[in-house]
This record gives sequence, C-alpha cells and structure tokens, in this order.
Amino acid sequence: MYTASDLRKGLRIKIDNDPYIITEFNFVKPGKGQALYRCKLKNMVNGNQFERTFRSVDIFEAADLQEKKMQYLYREEGKYCFMDNQSYEQVFLSADQVGEAKNFLLDNIEVEILFFEDRPLGISLPNFIDVMVTKADPWAKGDSVSGNTKPVTVQTGYQLQVPPFIEEGEKIRIDTRSGEYLTRVKG
Amino acid sequence: MDEDWRLTGKAEVLRIRAAMTRSIRRFFQDQDFLECETPLRIPALAPERHIDAVASGEWFLQTSPELCMKRLLAAGYPKIFQICKCFRAGERGALHLPEFTMLEWYRTGTDYRTLMDDCESLIARIAGELGLGVAVPWQGRRICLLPPWERITVRDAFARYAGLSVEEALRRDCFDETMVCAVEPRLGMERPVFLYEYPAELGALARVNAENPEVAERFELYAAGLELANAFSELTDVAEQRRRFEEASRDRRLKNCPAYPLPERFLQALSRMPPSAGIALGMDRLAMILTDQMTIDDVVAFTPESL
Repeated sequence: MYTASDLRKGLRIKIDNDPYIITEFNFVKPGKGQALYRCKLKNMVNGNQFERTFRSVDIFEAADLQEKKMQYLYREEGKYCFMDNQSYEQVFLSADQVGEAKNFLLDNIEVEILFFEDRPLGISLPNFIDVMVTKADPWAKGDSVSGNTKPVTVQTGYQLQVPPFIEEGEKIRIDTRSGEYLTRVKG
Repeated sequence: MDEDWRLTGKAEVLRIRAAMTRSIRRFFQDQDFLECETPLRIPALAPERHIDAVASGEWFLQTSPELCMKRLLAAGYPKIFQICKCFRAGERGALHLPEFTMLEWYRTGTDYRTLMDDCESLIARIAGELGLGVAVPWQGRRICLLPPWERITVRDAFARYAGLSVEEALRRDCFDETMVCAVEPRLGMERPVFLYEYPAELGALARVNAENPEVAERFELYAAGLELANAFSELTDVAEQRRRFEEASRDRRLKNCPAYPLPERFLQALSRMPPSAGIALGMDRLAMILTDQMTIDDVVAFTPESL
C-alpha cells in the first residue's frame, strides 16, 4: 500500500484493477491550504491518460505486476526484443510500452520486464547506468562564456546536458529516472 | 569536480539573490523598521490545520516567526521586520523546501492595504536596484512590475477562472483543488496581483472585516502563478484567536496529526497588541521570479537531498 507521500513520477499503482504509471507528478500546497498531489496517470494496458489531484489521506495499491529479469536483445521496426536467459523465452514491447527507457537500453542490459495477467507491458530499469559519450564538442579550459553545461550524445543515441569538462570517449553515469547526468565514471 | 560544477553553475543566481536581500534590508532600514532576530526553536506553536512543524527535542523549529514578532508589537515596537529560516514538515516540491527563507514585516496602526503598497514599492525597488528595470523576464515572457498592480477578490477570481463560486467550492470541499488547478496558474502572469477578501472561514489569523464579517482581511500576492506572500490585518481579539487555535487543534486531532501546546504567552500578549498588519513573503519564491527559475532548487545553494 502506498500513501500520498509515496507518490512520484514512475510509481505504478492500481486503479480499478488496471495498472497505471505516474508520468508526471507535482506536489502543490495553496497558501494555508492542504497538501495536494497532482498526477498525470497512464493506463499501462491501453495507454489512456488522465490527470487527477490526490489528497494526503488518499492511499493506493501497488499495481498487480509480475517482474521477470530479462535481457535486452535488439530493436526491430519499433518493437523491442527481450530474452529470459534461463528459458530463452522472448517477449516484445512496443515503443509506447518502452517509453523513455529507450534512451537507456544498452546492448544486453538486464532489466525487469513487467507483466500484467501474463502480458508484458512495461519495463523497469536500474536506477543508474554507465554510458559512453560518443559525441561531444571539446572543452576549452577557462571558457566561461559558453555556459555551465554542454550537450553530448551517448552510445544509445540519447542527448543530454553535462558539465563542460566531459569529453568524447568518457564514461558518465546517468540517473534513468530523471535522465540527468550524475557523475563522471573513471576507467 | 561534479559538486563544484553544480555549485559554480549557480553563481549568477546566488549573486542576484544576495543583491535582493541587500535591497530588502535597505528598503526597511530607510523607513526606520527595526530588524529583529527571534528564536528558531520554540516550545509552542500557533496550531494550523495544514502546517506540521519539525520537532526539535521536546520543542519545535518555527514554522513562522510571527508569535514572537507579535509579542514585540504588543510591547510597543511599531515597525519590525525579520529575514529568517522557517521549517515545515512534509513539504517538498518544485516550489517547496522543508527549510526555506521567510521575510516578515509588521506595522502597527495600519491595515492590510498598507502592506499592498509596501509590496509594490519593495519589489519595484529591488528590480530597479538589480538593473532589471520595470519588467522581469519569465519563461520567455515579461512580468511588468510598475504599480499599481491588479487587485482581485477571491470571489471575482473564482468567477473569472474557476467556473464555480467560492461558496460552491467550499460546499463541495474542493476549494484547494480549484485554487491550485484553475485559479493560481492564471494569477499574475503579466503583472503581479493581490488576491484579497478571503471568505471568513479561510481567514486564518486575519480579523474579519467590521462592515462585512463574511470576509477576512487577508490577501495573497501572486506573480507568474507563484504564491509569493500572505498578509493579514492581524486578529487582536484574544477569545476569537483562542477559539480558532482550539478549532485547528481539534481538526488536527481528528486527522491524527501531531498536537502542539497552545502558545499561552502569545495569547496573553495579544490582549495588548494594537491594531496591526503583518505579512510573510517567501524569499526563495521571490528569488525565482527575479532570476527566471522554475524550480526552488535552482535558487538555493543546497537542497536537503544534496546534504
């Protein structure tokens, strides 16, 4: 069971027996008023989205999802293929089901595939991944004019803002929940 | 290297924030306000329905300096201000930090309308001294700071933006949701706006209007949909204040919220407090408006998560 203070982007809850994922979340509190939790929710089965504002007394059930460890194999025509290393079973997720996780699918990365009533419909990534920077403009030390961040591309094709001292060929750690740069990884 | 990078990235915002604080001090000093420091750690609080304090041993960290500030008014200090940290449990979001900076100022012998004039003068002066001129950039647009700013009653704001009346919203117990979803996002987008004349039951610590007791002398200042300040003509009726405290305490008990001892010394001092007006302004929120930052994290050097 979750309480309102557990609500966050990425949390999966059960509403009317269907699994929903919170795609946007905002804590708000009008002056002298009660805390409110504004959510955008997406039905993981049919993709329908809606907005709802919850109160601090509201409670939520976790979505009825089963997790299975699988390995990312490849992408073909908008479908992503994952394999169970024990059974060699393969499942496919659509681009919509993979969502933003597509930016962090390193070759052969181990993930949790989420099943609802035996149907695969979602994916849970590790919170942090280490990726190689494949394209970055060089940093001129002492250059403070161009600002505090620069855009780079990493090995999955994902683009993000990083500190200016990050060079092509370096490895960085990304928080998959926010999509943001965390730190440079040595070695 | 990463931590240094994150901190140096905030240099311009922190510089503007420091300049903002200097301007604020000069504004009040020029008008002979006394700058006060009152204790952060206190044994009793003004109980409020929706504000939880952070405990400190058997005492509490203040959610606002107002109890001591009003005791100073009661003792005869006519014009006082304070810039201090306030602490509120369970409040964390794009506009909320559990520890934040508040500016409060109080004037005896006036009502809340004088504070509206103060806000216009204060913020226009800060913008001038920061070299921002008469308008501040905000997310690709501009917010004009030239007084006079708009003034709109809660009733009219609901009529204009909410699609239901205040009474209807209260009856259906959706006042807060309506404020947050329909009204607040529309307030102060081109010019700051004072939302005033709150229904008496939402008056908090404000006195009700003598001619119209349905209405509390309270206003909130908004800019770019952000709530910046909350102001009252202060309630000085001790019996009424005690009644409101007890009602708030009862409400908290029913919701299983922690109970707080009533501030008895404050209630005693209240009987000697002259008619006054007081206001609490969120310095972090004001810094957001002045630096065009959408998140409160971006106007502080350290968030709780970075400690």
